Amino acid sequence: MTLVIKNGYVYDPLKGINGEQKDIFIKEGKIVEETSEKDAKIIDAEGKTVMPGGVDLHSHIAGSKINIGRLLRPEDHRKDVVKRGKNTRGGVGYSCPSTFITGYRYAEMGYTSVMEAAMPPIGARHVHEELNDTPIIDKAAFTLFGNNYFTLKYVKEGDIEKLKAFIAWLLKATRGYAVKIVNAGGVENWKWGHNVSGLDGKVEDYDITPRQIIKMLAQANEELGLPHTIHLHCNNLGMPGNYKITRETMDTLKEIKPKKGRSATVHVVHCQFNALAGDNWMNVKSGAPYIAKYVNNHDHVTLDLGQVIFTDTTTMTGDGPWQFALWNMTGNKWVNSDVEMEAGAGVVPYTFKKNNPANSVQWGIGLELALSVKDPWKIYMTTDHPNGGPFIYYPQVIAWLMSRQARTDTMRELNRACLKRTGLSNLYREYSFNDIAIVTRAGTAKALGLTEKGHLGVGADGDVAIYDIDPTSWRPSQYDKLIKTFAKTSYTIKNGEIVVKDGEVVSAPMGTTHWVDAKMPQEIEEELMKDLERDFKQYYTVSLKNYPVEDEYLPIQKIHKAGGGQ
Amino acid sequence: MQYTDIVCPFCGCLCDDLEVTIKDGHIESVKNACTISQSKFMNHHENRINAPSINGKETELEKTVEKAVEILASARRPLIYGLSSTECGAISKAVEIAEFTGGVLDNTSSVCHGPTILALQQVGESKTTLGEVKNRADLVVFWGSNPTEAHLRHIVRYSVTPKGMYVQEGKKDRKIFVVDVRETRTAKMADKFLKIDHNKDFELLLALRALIRGEELKASQIAGVPIKEIKTLAEEMMKAKFGVVFFGLGLTQSDGRHMNIDAAVGLVSELNRKTKFVLTPMRGHYNVAGANTVTTWQTGYPYAVDFSTGYPRYNPGEFTAIDVLNRGEADAALIIASDPGATFPKDAAKHLAQIPVITLDQKTTPTTMLSEVVIPVATAGIEAEGTAYRMDGVPLKLSKFIDAREGVCSDREVLDMIIAGLKEAKQ
Repeated sequence: MTLVIKNGYVYDPLKGINGEQKDIFIKEGKIVEETSEKDAKIIDAEGKTVMPGGVDLHSHIAGSKINIGRLLRPEDHRKDVVKRGKNTRGGVGYSCPSTFITGYRYAEMGYTSVMEAAMPPIGARHVHEELNDTPIIDKAAFTLFGNNYFTLKYVKEGDIEKLKAFIAWLLKATRGYAVKIVNAGGVENWKWGHNVSGLDGKVEDYDITPRQIIKMLAQANEELGLPHTIHLHCNNLGMPGNYKITRETMDTLKEIKPKKGRSATVHVVHCQFNALAGDNWMNVKSGAPYIAKYVNNHDHVTLDLGQVIFTDTTTMTGDGPWQFALWNMTGNKWVNSDVEMEAGAGVVPYTFKKNNPANSVQWGIGLELALSVKDPWKIYMTTDHPNGGPFIYYPQVIAWLMSRQARTDTMRELNRACLKRTGLSNLYREYSFNDIAIVTRAGTAKALGLTEKGHLGVGADGDVAIYDIDPTSWRPSQYDKLIKTFAKTSYTIKNGEIVVKDGEVVSAPMGTTHWVDAKMPQEIEEELMKDLERDFKQYYTVSLKNYPVEDEYLPIQKIHKAGGGQ
Repeated sequence: MQYTDIVCPFCGCLCDDLEVTIKDGHIESVKNACTISQSKFMNHHENRINAPSINGKETELEKTVEKAVEILASARRPLIYGLSSTECGAISKAVEIAEFTGGVLDNTSSVCHGPTILALQQVGESKTTLGEVKNRADLVVFWGSNPTEAHLRHIVRYSVTPKGMYVQEGKKDRKIFVVDVRETRTAKMADKFLKIDHNKDFELLLALRALIRGEELKASQIAGVPIKEIKTLAEEMMKAKFGVVFFGLGLTQSDGRHMNIDAAVGLVSELNRKTKFVLTPMRGHYNVAGANTVTTWQTGYPYAVDFSTGYPRYNPGEFTAIDVLNRGEADAALIIASDPGATFPKDAAKHLAQIPVITLDQKTTPTTMLSEVVIPVATAGIEAEGTAYRMDGVPLKLSKFIDAREGVCSDREVLDMIIAGLKEAKQ
């Protein structure tokens, strides 16, 4: 099918197009220069905003962790039920949506690609089975590396080549897209019920430090030339005063030589949770200025927000000891889920309350980060779904970013700690439509190295979102209009097919799963296989042969090549 | 032809190291399997249903599918039940049928570890995949579970004898406790057996928790166990570097049910303030965990799901198969990989016998005998492939290494045909 989107205000930051009225042509699923309008389906976008499909680079949508959340919280589902439709399956929504609903709702907001941020390797089949049941959107999953036995072993041995070979092998075995690190070393220590203290604390049975793990993984990542940098959940998450360790972590990675063609060597995830100043939860305050200052002065770091939403949500991370701490703080129900040899996870429901001083500060920190990091290409919009809040609140976050009045109106309802302990009230900056296009698609696609996404240049995937808002006449006081507009597109187009029209899903095709196949020299691979064969037999409970995910689990896949051996 | 690293489709252990030899299209031998697994493999061709049938009369597959569609399409409240002994693809299709027909979907966990899930929904749980037990556990408690007779290789592969990373001497490095109402074979191999009075698990769990919190207990015995023995267990639990509780139906199906598990979770959570502790339910059927897992990601709920309002609703006790049948509500049933005719209470089974039932199974069972439509299917893990989830949530791929008899399809394929028929019937 051929599509022509006519006369919309186009925001395509990667191509330097900032709100110009322009026609977009899509043929056979790809953006093309121009095409005959004969036989083409014409979409009149006059007075509307046109952007590339949204790309979420950090969300928890598939696999054992979110499914524990679903299982744990019938009370969450009951307030947000979705009936079966003509083209759609039924299900439940809110903080732990069922897979079908996840796909529909992202598409309704104009998102066409979403990254699952934490895949435990031994549970990779589970992740892919769920991704296959998540319709419309393209997706990828980030494999957990930071507490994996083989990672720790090669870091201890200082064997960078074997570490690279292991990364290449595990990405392929799990069909993963990026190297994810969660509380490096801390989750390993949690297997004995402890955490790791600080960047130079001891990883008990290995006698190495988080600093060593993170540095070596970053180096291996860049030498392998993976499309995305390491995707890092820093140590000490959720602990007041942790902005220091976050800054120190970023600083330790500035010497790493980035892959050719980019300056970044690390992406720090849901930074709000790691930008806390103060000594404890009673006097917690914003550490955002310190983080922002560092990021403004260095080009090797990108961040995402982890913005807090005031609602009842479900926290879930690969950070077992943090979830344990949160359980002790809240007394809410707690699931801990350790994964042999490689990872762990925890799930605790949590309500962010407007009258809670600490929560109001956290809310302020997220926005303060977004507004004080000057370059929008370095900071991306997420809620760390569902940790800071469900992704369905993205339109609300957009409103806060684009309208100071929206922020002030919310701040009036909050505990005054937000005013006193964050710098938010002094920030006058308001994001433009172009900025929003960067922090929700162009910047994220670029950071991920998804070269065919996040823009509308020739050859890009035919993924487009059309929002019913005229950017030339919109004013920040009309932020309610933003919330409505960004919640439901006029059209969402995926691979050249109209999947959402007037906010309703009209077609739900299956999206593509992206993964990285990195090549390493054969002799190192062979050495690695010897280690794997020996240690799998001794320590794992599944055989090496049964471990890698088979092709059947990826009915539609796109392989991104990389490699240090080429 | 020899196949190695085959995953066993019998119990929740999903042992993945079987070696199967095929000769002339038949299984000649199976290595590494336990006796139950041996029997499943070697006798999988015995007692098979000859052909698809309607009211006992053999017919073609297409005819039975048509009849199944007719029954389901005209039913007002069909029950779709079973699913724990098939692969995830089939489970997924069953969910779709339940949704499409506005029926009630349930799986066999409603009669085994359903209470475990209810407790999880109240308080959570601290769990691990089995490899951490193998590598680290120096204290193992079997509570109301008897792996020596039910999960035969659990002890050698995961929990007692294997040598792990930090448990290099295997059993010598671990202390084994068994809590049960009778001295089972598992109890006989334990370092310490605590014989507990029937239906008193809740009391003993709370007593242990109190001791671990440092409370003084004045009673001389609790649940029939002398206080001294309880104190010993509490001390051992706190002393352990990595402890684990494996619990079975002795805990979930005795008085207190989900409250027993609630207490066990509470005890284990409490222990995490002192040391590292986890617990794991001993899931029975090889893919009952998968039935919960798939149903949860598709509907938000693990079992007992009603679709009559167009969206999934969850209410164990109301939408569980036995309750739907007891109330006489179901007016048709689709049974997949299960035998409720033999295992359900009398009233539920009686109602099942009075309504049109479609059953997908490999073998003749009491349920196939009371069914209007019987469709023979391939055995997942032998004649059909797919995914299964181990008792600890680890997903493994089941293999197909011999062909099913000609014309015999997998559960998934048959359910797919029914879906296609239902969609057509609607138009």
